[in-house]
Amino acid sequence: MTLFFNALIAGIATGSIYSLIAIGLVLIYKSSRVINFAQGSMVMVGAFLAYAFVVQMHLPILLSLSLALLVSAVIGVLIERLALRYLTAVPLISILMVTLGISIIMEGGVLAIWGSSNFTFPSLFPAFSVSVAGIQISSAYLWSFGLSMIFLCLFHLFFKHSDLGLAMRAAADNQKVSIALGISPRRVLALTWAISAAIATVGGILLASISSLHISLGTIGLTVFPVVILGGLDSIAGAVVGGLVVGVIEQLSGVYIAPLVGGAFQQVAAFVFLLIVLLVKPYGLFGTEEIERL
Amino acid sequence: MIPRFLPQGQRLWVFMGCLFFLAFPFSLSMYTQYVLFLVNMTAIGVIGAVGLNILTGYTGMISMGQAAFMGVGAYTVAILGTQASALPVAFNLLAAGFISMIVGIVAGMPSLRLKGFYLAMATLAAQFLLEYLFKNWEGLTKGVAGISVAPPIIFGVHMNDDRLFYFIAVPLAVIAVIATKNLFRTNVGRSFIAIRDRDIAAGLMGINVLKYRLLSFAISSFFAGLAGGLWCYYMTIINPEAFQLATSIDYIAMIIIGGMGTILGSVYGAIFVTLLPEVIQRTMELLQPFLQTDYTFAAFKQIVFGFFIVLFLIYEPRGLAEIIPRMGRRVQLWVTARHPK
Amino acid sequence: MNKISLEIRDGLLFSLIGPHGAGKTSLVNCISKFYRPTDGRILFKGRDITQLKPHEVVRCGISRTFQNIELFKEMTVLDNIKLGRHIHLHAGPLSGMLYLGKASREERELEAFLDREILAFLDLSSIRDRVVCTLPYGVQKRVDLARALASKPAFLILDEPVAGMNREDSRDMIERVLQIKKAWGLTVFLIEHDMEVVMSISDRIAVLNFGEKIAEGTVFEVQQNPEVIRIYLGHA
Repeated sequence: MTLFFNALIAGIATGSIYSLIAIGLVLIYKSSRVINFAQGSMVMVGAFLAYAFVVQMHLPILLSLSLALLVSAVIGVLIERLALRYLTAVPLISILMVTLGISIIMEGGVLAIWGSSNFTFPSLFPAFSVSVAGIQISSAYLWSFGLSMIFLCLFHLFFKHSDLGLAMRAAADNQKVSIALGISPRRVLALTWAISAAIATVGGILLASISSLHISLGTIGLTVFPVVILGGLDSIAGAVVGGLVVGVIEQLSGVYIAPLVGGAFQQVAAFVFLLIVLLVKPYGLFGTEEIERL
Repeated sequence: MIPRFLPQGQRLWVFMGCLFFLAFPFSLSMYTQYVLFLVNMTAIGVIGAVGLNILTGYTGMISMGQAAFMGVGAYTVAILGTQASALPVAFNLLAAGFISMIVGIVAGMPSLRLKGFYLAMATLAAQFLLEYLFKNWEGLTKGVAGISVAPPIIFGVHMNDDRLFYFIAVPLAVIAVIATKNLFRTNVGRSFIAIRDRDIAAGLMGINVLKYRLLSFAISSFFAGLAGGLWCYYMTIINPEAFQLATSIDYIAMIIIGGMGTILGSVYGAIFVTLLPEVIQRTMELLQPFLQTDYTFAAFKQIVFGFFIVLFLIYEPRGLAEIIPRMGRRVQLWVTARHPK
Repeated sequence: MNKISLEIRDGLLFSLIGPHGAGKTSLVNCISKFYRPTDGRILFKGRDITQLKPHEVVRCGISRTFQNIELFKEMTVLDNIKLGRHIHLHAGPLSGMLYLGKASREERELEAFLDREILAFLDLSSIRDRVVCTLPYGVQKRVDLARALASKPAFLILDEPVAGMNREDSRDMIERVLQIKKAWGLTVFLIEHDMEVVMSISDRIAVLNFGEKIAEGTVFEVQQNPEVIRIYLGHA
């Protein structure tokens, strides 16, 4: 039973990070119908940026984190400005490959600067230990979960109450109307990419703190796809639920299924689950079905 | 008489092509091995790319699992090739195609209900699942260590001899290209395109859309399996490394850069993507004195590759299949302008 | 749609009219199985086709054109029309790839058939290799008709075949439809807004409004029907 609860706690912690990363994907999809396959690489780049500022440049932690967020936001805006702006009304495969191309460039960049070794990510947050009903919970998990939840709440407040957040929602709903209301869709789009990249960075830092820092963090970032399909591409609440479900499934299958079938089954568990979901419910659990007409 | 299987009305070109094909491996003096190696790798790439283009370019279904289907073919050949009783090469290659075809049909099952992004995700899941099986089904695949196959001896030389392999792989690639070309002269190919353009209307024409979607998966993964089987014979050792997502992305890049939904595009794209790293590597070697770190080559290769994908999609979304004829016309114009009759 | 009962006899030109949103196209979509009726039955030549899949309907001998021209825009005129004949082609992928024997024979017979029966008749021979999306609207409508005829149906559904055309083109189109109907002994089910066209060529007419049939009969009967007059004058 302890085993189960440990896996559950680890699952919720990693799952909350997935939720956070997935929200970035959902935001971009909602505002421009672009499915960003570079989100995983953004997660990885963000973690490396934080590593560079904290460890390699010895800057204070808060300053480092702010810089990492800022730089990644700039990268996000650049991706939109330099590439995706030129691709409107193109087939899905163009979007898919352009973002994959960007992701390949970013991975190449990280490979050139940091190489493919494993780095120990510094512990950015004070360590402590909590035990609930006899189960030890590592502080890294608590920090991840707590910070993810704080960010999720901030997003919620931002979109519900701030002018900018409302503008973004308006632009996502109906571009023509929002132009008429004086909201610049370009500015909103740039902001969406900035925010999305910045939360990917937060996710990357948290993921790296739980495990370690390696270029393969980008592949782990691909787990957002099972998450968004489970939750629906256009639903933020769905992304949160999907993230938690996928995180828990990964950890539980690591404990219960991997020993039976061998290897690191938890790495593909999310995708096996995705296949099952797609076969049972083609548009995900919360997604909207596309209706076609003649 | 040239059978109808071949392009009509271009007998001279066909004849010249055959002559060139026969003479080519003997005309290179210094770099024979290296050049033939590249040609052979390109030929394998062409078969895989043509297969993917049938599925993605012509039928409009994105597959992120082409590498895994190739892997299935490669493992089929490896497993059959290491059996005590030696089976003929042709049989093994066909088996590679068929097993991969079956896996492709199973992986394509979600296409009965899914389209677009959701189907792409299902194929991505299939890619990861197959990668996992390659790594962990140790009884069959020998895990990460991989399987090494003794290349069978044909005409007194090992099959992976560059020159001999050239005479196997290049004709197969040509056959794959012509067969695909023919497919799109007939009803099956037309139905694929109809499904891509407007699947609802295709259904109302009497096309069984679901059946044809699976058929497209089947043909596509048959080609992938054949390419994988050839790869296995040529490399003589295979492991899961070679059939990862990155290779699937390479294949999508081939058809994007070459030209989606064009057969020549698959050929151009396969040549481009196979040769690009070589060109970069040669350039890097020239620049070597000015560079320091060890990672630079791999990293630089990735960055350039990524840029090519992005630039093609933004500026030349129809790919080389459109650029090359256009440049041909420009040259023609330039020549006629210079030498007026 | 509600409790619509129509009976279309062999060899007639039966028209369905009604204001926008009356459910005309929905009715056609039910016949071609793009929509699935919640209730009721559709019989064709005494056979119940209610449960068929879209691709099976054509095989019964029913084919149709579309209100918003559902042509395959990136393909040539000829390829579009060839697709209309899909149900009569049987060469498999392997034979297609080899392009020997069956596939190539079938392909030649197909082209001969289309040249003889369809292309010349609809004046499409000169543009048979043009890509559809480069053609003007009126010509696309004609290609759409050609594609529907290619399967040599017994029952042809025309969903607003002259919508958006000028008078001359529309008369030309109707003329061709009548010719082919006579030559092939077709039964035609016409959906149209243009009253002049409908009244001049129909054998029988049914009127739909808000998903319900309000009148059916010969041209004369329908013209006299007070409800029909009310609707059409109300909308005029």
